[in-house]
Amino acid sequence: MKILTCPVNGPRPIQEFAFGGEVRPMSDPADLTDEEWADYVFHRAGEPALKREWWFHIASGTWFIAERDNVTDEIVRTYLWGDR
Amino acid sequence: MKGQRLPPQVGEWIDRDQPIPFRFEDERLVGLAGDVISSALWANDVRMTGRSFKYHRPRGAYSMAGHDANTMLSDGVRTNLRGDLTLLQPEMDLHAVNTAGGVKGDRLRLIERFSKLMPVGFYYKAFHKPRWLFPFHERQMRKVAGLGRINPDFESAASPKDYAWCDVLVVGSGPSGLGAARTAAEAGLTVMIVEQEPALGGSLVWQHGRDELARQQRLDHVRALQKHPRVTIRTATTVGGVYADHWIALFDDMRMTKLRARAVVLATGAIEQPAVFGHNDVPGVMLASAAQRLVRHFAIQPFERAVVMAANSHAYEAALDLAQAGVQLAAVVDLRPEGEPSGLAGQVEDTGARILTGSSVFEARRSAGGKTVSGALLCPLDRQGRAEPSKGELMACDGIAVSVGWAPNASVLSQAGVRFRYDQRLQQLVPDELPRGVFVCGRANGVYELSAQWADGSRCGQEAARHLRVLSVDPTPVGSLRDEAPHSHSYPIFPHPDHKDFVDLDEDLHVTDFANAHQEGYDSVELIKRYSTVGMGPSQGKLANVNSVRILARLNGRSIEETGTTTARPFYQPVPLRHLAGRRFHPLRRTAIHDWHAEQGAVFVHAGDWLRPEYYAQDGASREDCVLSEATRVRRQVGLIDLSTLGKLIVQGPDAVAFLERIYTGRFARLAVGKSRYGVVVDESGVLVDDGVLARLGEDEFYATVTSSGAAGQHREMLRWALIWGLEVCIVNATGQLAAMNVAGPASRAVLQSLADVDLSDAELPYQGATRASVAGVEATIMRVGFVGELGYEVHIPCWESDHVWRAILAAGSDYGIAPFGVEAQRLLRLEKGHLIVGHDTDALTHPLEAGMGWAISRKKRFFVGQRSLQVLAERPLKRTLVGIRWPEGFAGDLPEECHLVVDGESIVGRVTSIAHRSTLGYPLGMAFVDPGFSKAGTPLTIRLSDGSTCTAQVAVLPFYDPENLRQQPPTSGDVGT
Repeated sequence: MKILTCPVNGPRPIQEFAFGGEVRPMSDPADLTDEEWADYVFHRAGEPALKREWWFHIASGTWFIAERDNVTDEIVRTYLWGDR
Repeated sequence: MKGQRLPPQVGEWIDRDQPIPFRFEDERLVGLAGDVISSALWANDVRMTGRSFKYHRPRGAYSMAGHDANTMLSDGVRTNLRGDLTLLQPEMDLHAVNTAGGVKGDRLRLIERFSKLMPVGFYYKAFHKPRWLFPFHERQMRKVAGLGRINPDFESAASPKDYAWCDVLVVGSGPSGLGAARTAAEAGLTVMIVEQEPALGGSLVWQHGRDELARQQRLDHVRALQKHPRVTIRTATTVGGVYADHWIALFDDMRMTKLRARAVVLATGAIEQPAVFGHNDVPGVMLASAAQRLVRHFAIQPFERAVVMAANSHAYEAALDLAQAGVQLAAVVDLRPEGEPSGLAGQVEDTGARILTGSSVFEARRSAGGKTVSGALLCPLDRQGRAEPSKGELMACDGIAVSVGWAPNASVLSQAGVRFRYDQRLQQLVPDELPRGVFVCGRANGVYELSAQWADGSRCGQEAARHLRVLSVDPTPVGSLRDEAPHSHSYPIFPHPDHKDFVDLDEDLHVTDFANAHQEGYDSVELIKRYSTVGMGPSQGKLANVNSVRILARLNGRSIEETGTTTARPFYQPVPLRHLAGRRFHPLRRTAIHDWHAEQGAVFVHAGDWLRPEYYAQDGASREDCVLSEATRVRRQVGLIDLSTLGKLIVQGPDAVAFLERIYTGRFARLAVGKSRYGVVVDESGVLVDDGVLARLGEDEFYATVTSSGAAGQHREMLRWALIWGLEVCIVNATGQLAAMNVAGPASRAVLQSLADVDLSDAELPYQGATRASVAGVEATIMRVGFVGELGYEVHIPCWESDHVWRAILAAGSDYGIAPFGVEAQRLLRLEKGHLIVGHDTDALTHPLEAGMGWAISRKKRFFVGQRSLQVLAERPLKRTLVGIRWPEGFAGDLPEECHLVVDGESIVGRVTSIAHRSTLGYPLGMAFVDPGFSKAGTPLTIRLSDGSTCTAQVAVLPFYDPENLRQQPPTSGDVGT
């Protein structure tokens, strides 16, 4: 069982969290063609990389970002949305 | 020799003052406290302790470390006890597991005569065709295959679960493990040391029994660890599996321990590997380390006269141990042409033993009945390493001790993520890449010399301390501690033309099986494993994998490195299921009025985590009668339903309006304070995910109901969007804090008015009005709703007041004939009114346009979640439409259930989503998704029932009940509710 570090609550077992998918900035839908919009909605990039992912600490209601290497499944760092 | 023990051995496990009587195959025997079952049997001169899996050949002690599955026993309750690892208990009544009629006369031993007819892949080939015969074959196979018999009367007690934490977990307590544990503890870390055997020491006890310095060092370290306040010692405990972030499952006889470590030192040692030669499985052939364990742990003289098969110095050490234990050494047969370079060779010769270099055991000779070794056929090896039987020499002996090589005990290492490379110099795998926080030392790391093992352990202790930042030292380079000379022969495999030469003792696989499988095209290590089942027996290839890879590499003409190895997965040893089974905990939520419901005879139904009254049972009335009577009461008089399970969100803040405009498909900017509106939420792909009522209670304050099961998810997504959009809004999930109830029916106003401090008239609180009020003295929010199609008021209050308010409303309504109604009546009432339930009438692909909810989508907004997708969908023809379906009044034929299919000939054109076999309208009705071509009112629909027959329904206009919504309008004349 993995340990995930919530930026507010510290390291916690992964059952306390819900996964929120990869961070995918949405462009203004009005500027997109149907195909570009469909690509945003339906396609996910699964290639080996350092992924930015949304995670939610259920008990405290905290959304945050985790940078995870999806090859080694190592979580490199976590931080609140808006931090860098 | 029966029952006799050697003089006391250094570090022996047995207690000579405590005899333990037990029975094996109905024979009365006596062992000693501290014996494992295998040692107690050997001490009683029982050599045949089991039968092999496929051919039912006699088998006996082989590794004495649980690395083989030769000694598998049942005590009548537990099955597949492993003789090497199970401590002897008084009055155990043991039987070998894989026999028909006992281990001695096993009737299935005759199977071996047909072994030529049962080649590798026999089951696949023989029982493939004809297909209709397979059930018969399966029954026969099940009788023969598998080990042990389950006792159906066995009642498993719940196995406790244990949790533990430490800075450093050290696995294994040989010299490197002890060294690592002590170094880490002395650096200030908390340490847990786990040892599979009942006592600490590992190879220090069984391998270095003649070494006084090793004894001193062991006692010194063990005492230091036992006294150390930061050290926990767990003996007779195995590491079953290693998971993410050093989450480790430990198993002992009683329980599983879930351990979290911050760093892991793996000092798991090495597993001595067998040699392959003719009849290499006869009881009496064993690993040299097994013979040493018999001597040192249990003070048992393993044989009378032995041949030692050697390919390293350890074999000579073992030979000297045997000689010291009184065994007559017939010969040491060394595979190496040059023999043993150290002085050990001279010491062995001094015992009177002959040393034959460049030779091998080619065949074990068997006594009559094949149950013990009677001799060894020794043959010189030619330049290619092949045995030359023509020059063979027969030597009488009752034991053959084999020491030709080692393999790192790598299963746990692999699970931890260690990557290996094959070291040509050592002829074994060595760790190459280590994950963060994982360290390997000792023989598992290719370090063989005792002083180097101590040093390697200290190095790992230091590295763990450095990793955890309590120490900064430069570690000793690993390479310098590893040995220069190989301790493993590169190909200790000597196929026999006439006799079985086993590679995998668990699965009875011999050399020919590999050649055949390879010839049939199974030429990769993963394929040959699955086809031949090598390494898939109870010992998981601990003794079979290395030799099978060697054979395959040679068959393919490739190197060991290129051939690779299979993946090791949990568990390291078989684990009783009861240690894994958890207790059945399910989250269950009850509303604050639950006890009242129960007292009133409510029949409960699970709705997500919640328990809700489905209906209230009445004496002598069927479920359908009860539901219909509750619904009818709501239509004609007044009813009360507990809605506390509704999701309830409070949305507040300067940006609350802007936020809700983006979340919901409808418009809320111009919703007046004191008004509510139905709202729909779609996801980014336009799929309908939630609905509910939003009431504006203040300029910047909204109160929203969401579906019971969707509350947590909806709240979560709202929080995320608020974050992304940077809006100043506060969203509180008040589902648990607030209770809700709906008083509905023509008399509902009169009932509630008597308790409320606000005017509930149509003028003051029209349909969709919302207000704060006091109800029965409790602060409440009242919303006028029409979900069930009648005049109705939702009353939302703190849940701790709900029992009081509930009873007050019932008391106030007694003159109007009020009664509670359950979810089933509500489901019927809303169905008559044509209201869908998200997740019931919709699925994971339903969008609002096909659900007939286009009206709930604003076309004036610049943005809401999913808007773009709905725009795309709006331009395309609908693929399906949600319609009403009905049958004539008094219809008496068979009716469908939910999810029955609407068909057109052979094609599926729809699906029933809701159905009511009886309704307050007097006819059966429901809802269905159908292809748009079938959606016109009056269209007959053919619905296929469970038994394959069909029935016909008609498409109907929704809603069935009160299409003009007159029930929500102010009355034009007369009074309502009497």
